[in-house]
Amino acid sequence: MDLTLRVWRQAGPDQPGEFREYPASGISPESSFLEMLDVVNERLVTQGEEPIAFDHDCREGICGMCGVMINGHPHGPQLGTATCQLHMRKFQDGDTIVIEPWRAAAMPVIRDLVVDRSALDRVIEAGGYITAPTGSAPDANLILVPHAAAEASMDAAACIGCAACVAACPNSAAQLFTAAKLAHLDLLPQGQPERYTRVVAMVETMEEYFGSCTNHGECETACPKSISIDTIAFMNRDYLAAKLKDLRLSGQR
Amino acid sequence: MTITLDAKIPAGPIEDKWDTHRFDIRLVNPANKRKYEIIVVGSGLAGASTAATLAELGYRVKVFTYHDSPRRAHSIAAQGGINAAKNYPNDGDSIYRLFYDTVKGGDYRSREANVYRLAQVSNEIIDQCAAQGVPFAREYGGLLDNRSFGGAQVSRTFYARGQTGQQLLLGAYQALARQVHLGTVELFNRSEMLDVVLHEGRAVGIVVRDLVSGEVTSHSAHAVVLATGGYSNVYFLSTNAMACNTTAIWRAYRKGALFANPCFTQIHPTCIPASDEFQSKLTLMSESLRNDGRIWVPLDPGDTRPPNQIPEAERDYYLERRYPAFGNLVPRDVASRAAKRMIDDNRGAGPLHNGVYLDFADAIGRLGRDTIEARYGNLFEMYERITDEDPYTVPMRIYPAPHYTMGGLWVDYNLMTTVAGLYAIGEANFSDHGANRLGASALMQGLADGYFVLPYTIGDYLADWLNIDPLPTDHPAFAAAEQAVADQVSRLLAVNGSRTVDSFHRELGTIMIEHCGMARSRPGLEETISRIPALREEYWNDVRVLGDGASFNQSLERAGRVADFLELAELMCRDALDREESCGGHFRLEHQTEEGEARRDDVNQIHVSAWEWHGPEAAPERHKEPLQFDHVQLAQRSYK
Repeated sequence: MDLTLRVWRQAGPDQPGEFREYPASGISPESSFLEMLDVVNERLVTQGEEPIAFDHDCREGICGMCGVMINGHPHGPQLGTATCQLHMRKFQDGDTIVIEPWRAAAMPVIRDLVVDRSALDRVIEAGGYITAPTGSAPDANLILVPHAAAEASMDAAACIGCAACVAACPNSAAQLFTAAKLAHLDLLPQGQPERYTRVVAMVETMEEYFGSCTNHGECETACPKSISIDTIAFMNRDYLAAKLKDLRLSGQR
Repeated sequence: MTITLDAKIPAGPIEDKWDTHRFDIRLVNPANKRKYEIIVVGSGLAGASTAATLAELGYRVKVFTYHDSPRRAHSIAAQGGINAAKNYPNDGDSIYRLFYDTVKGGDYRSREANVYRLAQVSNEIIDQCAAQGVPFAREYGGLLDNRSFGGAQVSRTFYARGQTGQQLLLGAYQALARQVHLGTVELFNRSEMLDVVLHEGRAVGIVVRDLVSGEVTSHSAHAVVLATGGYSNVYFLSTNAMACNTTAIWRAYRKGALFANPCFTQIHPTCIPASDEFQSKLTLMSESLRNDGRIWVPLDPGDTRPPNQIPEAERDYYLERRYPAFGNLVPRDVASRAAKRMIDDNRGAGPLHNGVYLDFADAIGRLGRDTIEARYGNLFEMYERITDEDPYTVPMRIYPAPHYTMGGLWVDYNLMTTVAGLYAIGEANFSDHGANRLGASALMQGLADGYFVLPYTIGDYLADWLNIDPLPTDHPAFAAAEQAVADQVSRLLAVNGSRTVDSFHRELGTIMIEHCGMARSRPGLEETISRIPALREEYWNDVRVLGDGASFNQSLERAGRVADFLELAELMCRDALDREESCGGHFRLEHQTEEGEARRDDVNQIHVSAWEWHGPEAAPERHKEPLQFDHVQLAQRSYK
């Protein structure tokens, strides 16, 4: 396949960026999107131009390290697929492909297509866990988890933290990321004791960094793990409940 | 130098060793723990779990990861599950059986005492992870579900769909995040450790390069824990993530930590075969698929018909034929070698004849498509995304790929290396899997080391250093290490040759998989040992790394890692040549039975080989730790 790439190049966080055009000829349709970028980079180095910086690691769609805007879509045209799992057979010979970094004020560009996503770690640190110090756990089968609850929790826990949801959102909101973690923990019996303190801590930390949700739903479409925006409704309900009265004083429910 | 390898295995019956040891070693009292600083390098299962646990205990912890977040570590990609001896399915499992299976699976080249402890703490791991909210698969009554895995005849594997590693890592990452929030852990992301600093024979800190700014800094502590994973990427194409590397443990080796059994590498039988020359990595398909999939190749060499047109009578279900007792669930080393043999016989499947079939037609017929989808749906989707073939209707194609390294830094029972104060945990050490690791055991070992072993054993070392501050980072020992790191960066940038870093890495990988992969021979290894120094020299004279050292530079990061792989590769070949036997993943063509199975030498080779660095120009020296088996009877492994 012969393609043309229009790639965002930016030398550093405080430097101006621009699109530059590169030919990508003789690309195998069997190669992945990132392998295509590898080939282009090898050629750039041989020509003496610095390679395009992009984050990537496992190349199996699970680590969440990769992710770029491809023709305006986070992770490209294939639904439920991270950039590393997208293959060139999804493009046509002769296509021009526009590649940009995630764009959000909370995620500044480090270089080219690499952005700083550490604000997402701050949201998890605020409360995205169940307090269970090592050694203090009861026998695992003493905690019964209904099959359906475990499955629903797992659906939400599948989030890979890639930030495509933030990049897709016109408001750069991180609602889907935050709600996925809350749903993972709050659908389980183990998550109940901290349920209402958790939602307040995580939502308020999220709002320090990210924009507000206005229900566009772009995040769900962009999510490589197809996490449902129902989780956002669940989060909003719990946040409201937590704010209406201090449930920490009245026990669960 | 004379080195006596003292594994410090406690005396007494094997069932009591760990309890006895925990009582005998010194403790640090809770009020004193905050006086200690501990550095943890790596944030995978072992690193994150140990950092969180140490911080919970009261120690001050610094965590370093080259990723942008601790959650990215490659533990996240483990699919199938985690073993434990819970015996919930009531099928005859026990701590002793898990211990026995693991020693046997490792082809009798691991330490009995370590493996027994691993089996003992396996149950606590499941309890811990369930309490953290890991969404393990459940039965309809709400109890935990188990499945079976290779190398065992009981169902002892706990799982969270095909994303068990992800969920366990997120559990450990979240526990770590809690400690970061509490201020007990200081987190350094996008920071790569490039040297360990020694003073008066003990580890006192590390030197790191900030991957964003390029700044090189020193960090001191009372002890340093390396949890930096394995080195399968020496083969270039492997199932490891692109950034996985040997640098941390290699620099430790160069500073005096012994490197044990470097040639013990695992080639995983179920990976998607390479599709073209630009392939950057190989993708694993969980071993759990072998529970329901049947492996076969065409009976006739050179058969090019599509799989669905090959009648039953013209298929060779070679694992079921050769190993009727274990069938498709033989251990990984056995399954990998059998697949290689089929392909060498020109009976390979697919357009490049580089795979064998893994067929679900029978299972779908017996259980229905819905059941298979519930069990493996996400794996089937991933396969289809990569290959554009539908595994519900067309058999999968699989082939072995480098996956895990049993070798690593030599550690004693306390998980301390031969350098005082320097610990290695998880895949970075060598201790528990012998010559072959069983499926669902890596997650178990990483978390055992991290949650339940190191946090106890490290106290015994720290007790000596109460009220003594860590060495200040302006001490000459740190300055010298910083200078060495800066010099290497400048040297790599100064070459400005004609070849890319990846082209060298790919060339090294091709040589290594050919001569030090699934089958090894004396002539092949000797040839490789003579070729690698030449490649290394070419690298330092002709590699091209653009950009500078004072900014985000991914080529420079890779260049440093490949430089270390070029040294490690030679050590692996030397070890493979030195070990005159076949065992587990180490298969020497000179040492096989008439039936083509591995032939161990239990007279001359029943030891751990631990290598000592003697400088860049000198040959390394091999030390031996003899292995003693009091509980497991050595036998030719049979899965027939």
